[in-house]
Amino acid sequence: MIERTPVLNIATHAILITGLAVAFVPMWLVFVAATLTIEQINSPPISLIPGSHLITNLTEAWTRGGLGTKLLNSLFVAVLVAAGKIAIASVTAFAIVFFRFPGRMLVFWMIFVTLMLPLEVRIVPTYAVAANALAPAQAVLDLVGIGWLWQQVSGVQMKLEWNLLNSYTGLVLPLVATATGTFLFRQFYLTIPAEIVEAARMDGARPLRFLRDMLIPLSKTNMAALFTIMFIYGWNQYLWPILVTTDRANYGTAVMELKRLIPTAAATGGGTPDWNVAMAGCLIVMLPPLLVVALMQRYFVRGLIGADK
Amino acid sequence: MEKRVHFKTAWLGVLLIVPQALLVLTFFYWPTGAALFWAFTLEQPWGGGNEFVGFENFANVLSDSFYWASVARSLVFALSAAALSMGMALVMALFCDRQLRGYNYYRTALVWPFAVAAPAAAVAFRYVFAPEAGVFSALNQIYPNLWNPAMNGTHAMIMIIVAYSWKYIAYNFIFFLAGLQAIPRSLVEAGAMDGAGVLRRMRDIQLPLLTPTFFFLLVINLTDSFVDSFGIVDITTEGGPAKATTLMVYKIYFDGFKGLDYSGAAAQSIVLMLLVMGLTIVQFRYIERRVHYT
Repeated sequence: MIERTPVLNIATHAILITGLAVAFVPMWLVFVAATLTIEQINSPPISLIPGSHLITNLTEAWTRGGLGTKLLNSLFVAVLVAAGKIAIASVTAFAIVFFRFPGRMLVFWMIFVTLMLPLEVRIVPTYAVAANALAPAQAVLDLVGIGWLWQQVSGVQMKLEWNLLNSYTGLVLPLVATATGTFLFRQFYLTIPAEIVEAARMDGARPLRFLRDMLIPLSKTNMAALFTIMFIYGWNQYLWPILVTTDRANYGTAVMELKRLIPTAAATGGGTPDWNVAMAGCLIVMLPPLLVVALMQRYFVRGLIGADK
Repeated sequence: MEKRVHFKTAWLGVLLIVPQALLVLTFFYWPTGAALFWAFTLEQPWGGGNEFVGFENFANVLSDSFYWASVARSLVFALSAAALSMGMALVMALFCDRQLRGYNYYRTALVWPFAVAAPAAAVAFRYVFAPEAGVFSALNQIYPNLWNPAMNGTHAMIMIIVAYSWKYIAYNFIFFLAGLQAIPRSLVEAGAMDGAGVLRRMRDIQLPLLTPTFFFLLVINLTDSFVDSFGIVDITTEGGPAKATTLMVYKIYFDGFKGLDYSGAAAQSIVLMLLVMGLTIVQFRYIERRVHYT
């Protein structure tokens, strides 16, 4: 559409540039802070021009936070959470769409309703479950009398225990169930023409073969989109990791470590706050998800819109 | 919608659905059940299990003025953050959608903040708003404590709202832009033919057609601000100063893990859960409306 609106065009650019400033200025300040010395950063006014101590500050933040291990942990957790969500969502949706058995829709709705039970509102009891993930199973067994039966037969009291605290399993497993992912895959599978399924069956493909050779190749775009947003989701987890890890040296994640880099009065012991190191740490921790978004921009937007609709 | 063709081996389907069913039961429904159990019982001081106390825990929570203060703060936080981030995002999306030169750059550049971890954004803004080193440091030198989120509750609240909204501007922008692009181009062009200028078309064509997206985002923003604010609060203020930024989620965490008051925390969890459920149900009603709309 051709329209001549020179004044409005200038105004449009001005508004959009303001928006860019809102997005970039805080991060520019963070970057500049990470390049200054401790004296420079504590002498007002705030500096807008980068200094020369970026590498020093990055190294200092890296060693002080033990970021090597922490970044690896974060990467490990984020990849496992994203891959786990994709695997479990595609398989569950496959079962729901391509099979007929009683209770199928019940399970689907059960998964879907978890959207209304975010971790934050059930933190205390979820923590209790993580301390012994088999407690629910034990309670069910006791309830139906199998525990009692076992005790009568073997003479040993049945005690199921599986502690998830301070383990990768504990960091990942409780985050793997996914309502949005399952829903996304279900919607996609429903669009697959019946003819394809029939043709595959006629060619003698059994269910798992059909999943592997037809459905998975067809849903590659969906998987990439889901992987992008779920990787970021996993990387950015904060509340759950601080609950399940007390052994921070070995199992701490990078995002958790941010809080310890903040120069509070207690941390500096009344000394000068070294915000320069904290900001260098902040840069390191937020870089990986930004890289993922930069590389997978198209999938990121697509995944975000697909997952929330 | 049912699919006509399906595989005959039902047992395999059951087998495939079991893993996620187990995860959901263990990590979602069992804890929710436990929260209900704790909310209606009270642990005996000298051991001996929990005693059923009916709605006593809820009565205690609901008669606690600290609790209502945290509810009020959460509402202030939710509404201000939604207004700020949705308002900014809507203006950006409307003007970005004009697709002038540089459109792709603007779009890309406005999206990335959503990938920044909320705690990382929080650390960044804690520095930007630090009284001794941030943007207000020069003013603070002349007028000491003119700006100090560590001492002044209002300042602390402003800081968490800005830090939180910064990230959500990007999120809302993505959805508003997608909503605008779903509006048939022919409608906007017809408006132009009838002599409506750019701003007139925004007001009379694009904004009304964007209402479903708007309500959808409003509900998502409110829900998220109730649950997603934990990281921001914990990193920037830890609920302080003098509890001025203790939002509902933070109070649950604090009462449960620091105060070890499981029953009180569980009762608060149930209240928050009902709130989130209510909002989610509203959201699905709007999505249903939305399907008929287009």
